[in-house]
Amino acid sequence: MKKRILAALMAVLMLGAFSGCSESGGSGDAGSSDTIRIGGLAPLTGDASSYGVAVNNGIQMAVEDINAAGGIDGKQIDYIYYDEKGDATEAVNAYNKLVQNDQVVAIIGDVTTKPTLAVAQQSQQDNIPIITASATAAEVTLTGPNIFRACFTDPFQGQLMASYASEKLGASTVAVLYDMADDYSSGIAKAFVEKAAELGMTVVAEEKYQDGDVDFKSQLTNIKGQNPDVLFLPVYYEDLRLISAQANEVGVTATLCGADGWDSVLTDNFDSSVLNGGVFCSQYSTESTDERVQNFISTYKEKYEIDPNMFAVLAYDATYMMATAIDNADSTDSQAIIDAMAALEYDGLTGHMTFDADRNPQKSAVIVSIQDNAYKFVENYNPEQ
Amino acid sequence: MVEFLTQIINGLSQGSIFALVALGYSMVYGITQLINFAHGDIIMVGAYATYVMLILAGTPLWAAILAAVLFCAIVGVVIEQVAYQRLLNKNAPRISLLITAIGVSMLLQNLFQIIFKSDAKSVSNVLPSFPIPVGPLEISSVTLITIATSVVIMVLLQLLVKKTRIGKAMRATSEDAGAAKLMGISSRNTIAFTFAVGSGLAAVGAVLYVGAYPSITPYMGSLLGLKAFVAAVLGGIGSIPGAMIGGLLIGLAESLTKAAGWSQITDAVVFGILILVLLLKPTGLLGRNVKEKV
Repeated sequence: MKKRILAALMAVLMLGAFSGCSESGGSGDAGSSDTIRIGGLAPLTGDASSYGVAVNNGIQMAVEDINAAGGIDGKQIDYIYYDEKGDATEAVNAYNKLVQNDQVVAIIGDVTTKPTLAVAQQSQQDNIPIITASATAAEVTLTGPNIFRACFTDPFQGQLMASYASEKLGASTVAVLYDMADDYSSGIAKAFVEKAAELGMTVVAEEKYQDGDVDFKSQLTNIKGQNPDVLFLPVYYEDLRLISAQANEVGVTATLCGADGWDSVLTDNFDSSVLNGGVFCSQYSTESTDERVQNFISTYKEKYEIDPNMFAVLAYDATYMMATAIDNADSTDSQAIIDAMAALEYDGLTGHMTFDADRNPQKSAVIVSIQDNAYKFVENYNPEQ
Repeated sequence: MVEFLTQIINGLSQGSIFALVALGYSMVYGITQLINFAHGDIIMVGAYATYVMLILAGTPLWAAILAAVLFCAIVGVVIEQVAYQRLLNKNAPRISLLITAIGVSMLLQNLFQIIFKSDAKSVSNVLPSFPIPVGPLEISSVTLITIATSVVIMVLLQLLVKKTRIGKAMRATSEDAGAAKLMGISSRNTIAFTFAVGSGLAAVGAVLYVGAYPSITPYMGSLLGLKAFVAAVLGGIGSIPGAMIGGLLIGLAESLTKAAGWSQITDAVVFGILILVLLLKPTGLLGRNVKEKV
C-alpha cells in the first residue's frame, strides 16, 4: 500500500516537473518590461564558498546601488543567483536554469576557473553575455566572444612579478612553491618561471603541493637548502598563512612574493610578522584615496560584518561593467550587449580599464607590501615589455 | 644529512597528529566494529572549540584545552546516542552504520559552516613557538610538544585499557559483547565511554593541530580523518600502539615523498599504502587476526 502511494506521489511530482518545463520553455515571464534580469553563479557552499560568498555579496551590493540610483534606464535589476557548490556539472545545470527558466539577459559568474570554463563552453550556443569577476585562467575568455572578465589573467601576474623581482628587488635566484592542483596557482607559477628564465634569473627550486595540504615544511626545507633571494608563492591567502608561518619556522630568509591571491591574508589572530617585507601585486589598494573605494569598504563591512576581499571588489566592478554595457547598448539583445561590452571604457574600484582583443581588462597593477600587520601601497607598476 | 634529518622530524611531527586521530578511530572500531568516519570532523569541532575559548572568550590555554576536551567528549557521546546506538543495539548491517557515520560527518561540516562561515579562522601562536637546537638540527618547540604529547597520550591510553576496570569492560565488550553483557557489563555505558574518550583525544589532537597549522575551516577534518584512517588500518585497526606506529609511518611517508620532490603523488602514496596493506596484510602491522564471526 505504502509503495503505491509513493508511486502515485512520484507520478504526480514528475508530471508537475514536466509541465513546469514546458511552461517556462514557452512564453516565460521574463518579458516584464520594468525589470532587467541578470543571473549569478557562485559556489555558496563547499570548499570555494569563501570566494563565492564574497562575489555574491559584491554583486548584490552593486545591484542595490544601481537600483537605488534608478536602475538601468529606469529599469530595476532583478538579480537571480544559484549556488553551484564549486562543481562544474552543477554550474552548467544552474546556467541552463538561468537561461531557460529565468531567461536572464546576462550572467555574472562563475567564480573559480573550472566551473567557469564549463559554463563558458555551454554558453556558446546561446551567446549570452557573461562576465566573470574572478576566474583568472587565460582559456576562460578564449572560449568565445561572449565571455569577459574583470580580473587579471594568471600569466599576466606571473610575468609581472618576475619582472618586479628582477628589476625592483634585484633578485638573481628565485624559488616557487605552488598548488599544482589549482589552475590559478600553477598558471601563475608557470608564467613566473618562464619569465624569470627569460630575464636571466636562476630558478633554484620549483616545489609543489596538493590541494588541502596543511604541511609544507618538507618543501620549504628543500627551498631553504637552495637559499634563493626570492620565494614566489602564487597561492591564496588561506594557504599563505600556513606557508609563511612554516617558512619562518623552517628558517627561509628569502623575500616572499605573491600575486593577488594574497589579498585579505591579514586577519584577526594571524601573526603576520612572518610576512613582514612580503610583496604582492593586487588589483586595488585599500589605502586608495578614491572616495568610492572607501565608501564601498565601509558599507560592505556594515552590511556583511566582514572586511571585503578582492573577490567582492571585483564582483562589484563586474556588475557595474555589465550594467553599464546594457545601458550603453540600449537593448537587452545579447549581441548588442556584447558589442557594448567590448567597447566599454570604465572607471571602477579597481581603476580605469578597457578590454583588450581577448576581452581581458587592461589596467595597471598595484604593488602592495606587508609591514607591521598592514598593507602598504608601494607603487603602480607596469613592467617594461 | 642535516636536511634529511630535518625531513624525518617534519614527518614525525605530522605523523604524531595522524597518530592521535588514528587512536580515536582504532578505539571505537575495537569496541563497536564501527568505522566512525565522523571522527575527523570531531577534530574540526575541537579546533573551533579551542578557537572560541582562546580567542572569543579569551581564556588561558589550559582552560581552552579542558573545555575543548569536555565539549568534544560530549559531542562524541551525543553522536553515539543519537546516531549510532539504535543501529548498534539492533545489530544493523555495518553498511548502515558506515552510511550514518558519513551522514554525521556531513552534518557536522555543514553545521559548522553555517555557524562560523566558511572562511578560515586564524589562531597564531597557540603553543609557544621557538627553535630548540638539537645537535646540528633546529627543531621547533611545537614539533617537540606534538610528538611528546602523542607519546604520553598513547601510554596513558594503553594503561587505561589494560589496567583499569573500565578498560577491562572495554576489552570484554570488544571480545564478545553478548558474553560481556551476561557478566554484568553494561555495553551501553562502555560504548558511550569509548566515544567520550575517543572524542576527547580528538580534541587534544585538535589543539596540537591548531598549534602546528593555525588555520581552522569546517572542512579541515575530512582529509585529515581519511589519512588517519589509513594510519589506523596500517597499524592494525583496533590496536593502540598500532595506531601510533601507523600514524608516524604515514607522516614519514608523506614528508619523505614531498622531500624527494614528488609532492604530486603524496596522496597517491598514502592511499597506495592503504591498498597494499589491505592486499598483503589486512590485519595491519599489529592487528590481531580474529576469525569473522558468522
